[in-house]
Amino acid sequence: MQKALLIDPEKCTSCLQCELACSHQHTGMFNPVQSRIRVFEFEHGARAIPYTCTQCEAAWCLHACPVQAITVNAATGAKQVDADRCVGCKVCTVACPYGTINYEAHTGKVAKCDLCGGEPQCAVACPTGAITVSDPDTATHAINPLLLGRGATA
Amino acid sequence: MRHLIIGTGPAGVIAAETLRGHDSEAEILLLGDEPETPYSRMALPYLLANNVGETGTYLRPDPKHFQARRIQVQRGRAASVDSQAHTVTLEQGEQLDYDRLLIATGSHTVKPPIPGMDLDGIENCWTLADARAIAQRAQPGQQVVLMGAGFIGCIVLEALVARGVALTVVEREPRMVPRMMDQNGGELLKRWCESKGVRVHTGTQVDAIKADPERLSLTLGDGGMLEADLVVCATGVRPNIAFLEGSGIETDVGILVDEHLRTSAPDVYAAGDVAQGPVFNGGQREVHAIQPTAGDHGQVAALNMAGVDTVYGGSLAINVLNTLGLISSSFGQWQGVPGGDSASALNGEEFKYLRLEFDGDFLVGAIGLGLTQQVGILRGLIQTRVNLGQWKKELLRDPHQIVHAYLECNTSAEAAA
Ligand SMILES: Cc1cc2nc3c(=O)[nH]c(=O)nc-3n(C[C@H](O)[C@H](O)[C@H](O)COP(=O)(O)OP(=O)(O)OC[C@H]3O[C@@H](n4cnc5c(N)ncnc54)[C@H](O)[C@@H]3O)c2cc1C
Ligand code: SF4
Repeated sequence: MQKALLIDPEKCTSCLQCELACSHQHTGMFNPVQSRIRVFEFEHGARAIPYTCTQCEAAWCLHACPVQAITVNAATGAKQVDADRCVGCKVCTVACPYGTINYEAHTGKVAKCDLCGGEPQCAVACPTGAITVSDPDTATHAINPLLLGRGATA
Repeated sequence: MRHLIIGTGPAGVIAAETLRGHDSEAEILLLGDEPETPYSRMALPYLLANNVGETGTYLRPDPKHFQARRIQVQRGRAASVDSQAHTVTLEQGEQLDYDRLLIATGSHTVKPPIPGMDLDGIENCWTLADARAIAQRAQPGQQVVLMGAGFIGCIVLEALVARGVALTVVEREPRMVPRMMDQNGGELLKRWCESKGVRVHTGTQVDAIKADPERLSLTLGDGGMLEADLVVCATGVRPNIAFLEGSGIETDVGILVDEHLRTSAPDVYAAGDVAQGPVFNGGQREVHAIQPTAGDHGQVAALNMAGVDTVYGGSLAINVLNTLGLISSSFGQWQGVPGGDSASALNGEEFKYLRLEFDGDFLVGAIGLGLTQQVGILRGLIQTRVNLGQWKKELLRDPHQIVHAYLECNTSAEAAA
């Protein structure tokens, strides 16, 4: 099953439960700085947009990686980083037009949303339903591969 | 259908995989002149820094990767192409025929024409063989001089420091990474490197190298002298096109290709560092010798070779660099465009810098120092031509609002769609 996160900013109260849950899932600590989903506040918190990878089909990060450190999880469709293989070159971070794969200085590698193996903890933690799990065809923004130079892969 | 690909770098390998993805029957032959399993030049600095072993540089870690896709990998060096007869002749004399040919031969290094460049102890950092040679000499405490602080030079700089050598950098241009950073960025980088114990000479060049019995001795243009146990040369590269002489395939700096990655000869395509192709913002065709372009080229060329008509949107110069922990990136037309607006925020104390360049309400270029989070949106904003509307004013005031601008413009675009 191809999964993705569906985000409805209207419902977000910027309580940051998602950031806490994500960092705990991936690092064992509650540290929003290491969260792979980030909540951006507008108008001093009056509005907020939770933002993370949409597991886009174009998979810019995966195609840019020089050592095949990013692969598709067969079960969930998530594009995930193999930390053992990642050399930390950061090419994926500038190639991803959504800016959702980020370099972490303390590991020397990149990190991105991996859908937690199928049960995204941010969605579990979100008390308002602003983050839910859906199939990506109905979700998210899509960037035209043609404009970005890859050509249409029909 | 028989596809022949010359070059086993990322452009060639991605093309071969894409061809297989679109044609399960075709014969695919990947020809390369290096003895190793197809590897990534980009990973060499991490090999030098001892972060990975040689297998960590392989483009595809699975030893059965090519076999499983029925992609035949052959060692050999193409010596000439006859585009009329649809044949490629190898140096050893063997002749290979093709229905479609992809040239993905990358570039070779060029050393400056100064005395002493062929002495023992002067290495490039371009191939796995180069990396092995450097590793042998670049031992802790050794004096190493790096010639050239361009993009590749600066990546190699990081790896050399990681090896514990005493490093001196010489860059002919007035600043480091001159084609990726403006004066502010270049100055910050230089100051940062110096604060980490690397000596940096900008605005001068190595004029001659002599062999002392024990060491190399370098004369600089400004009259200075340097001693070195090892000199690493990163002064530039040129596309590998010499073997195309007489082939009828049109070249300039690189092989000229159109928006289908076709060359001037029928059934011949080119991709990656060797190709001089369409650029995103229009204008003259350029060589953008970077990994993302090699990948995009390889994919688009292969689709067209497989008969899937595909138009390439043009390459964008995008670079990211880690210099001893200071991360810098640049995108597109960071120098700005005539009549365009510009915004920047500089914090020299903290080595932070952000510069944005606009053409009307569109972002066309950017430079970032000390920026690691959501940097990719700079590419997104530029290359999908997001109309920033009201946000442009905000950004002129505070460039750091860039993620907010991106999110808002994208959300409202979706709402409108
Ligand atoms: C040290 C280093 C660091 C780098 N870091 C970055 C980075 O951080 N980001 C980035 O974007 N880019 C980086 N690059 C550049 C990047 O590696 C290249 O853009 C990329 O390798 C280009 O891929 P390619 O397939 O076009 O060519 P190549 O990878 O050069 O592959 C071409 C292959 O063709 C072979 N060949 C050449 N002529 C013939 C012939 N006549 N017959 C048969 N085979 C032939 C070559 O030997 C080679 O194996 C770096 C490069 C180096 C050297
Ligand atoms: S930073 Fe890691 S995952 Fe990203 S492109 Fe480089 S090696 Fe691949």
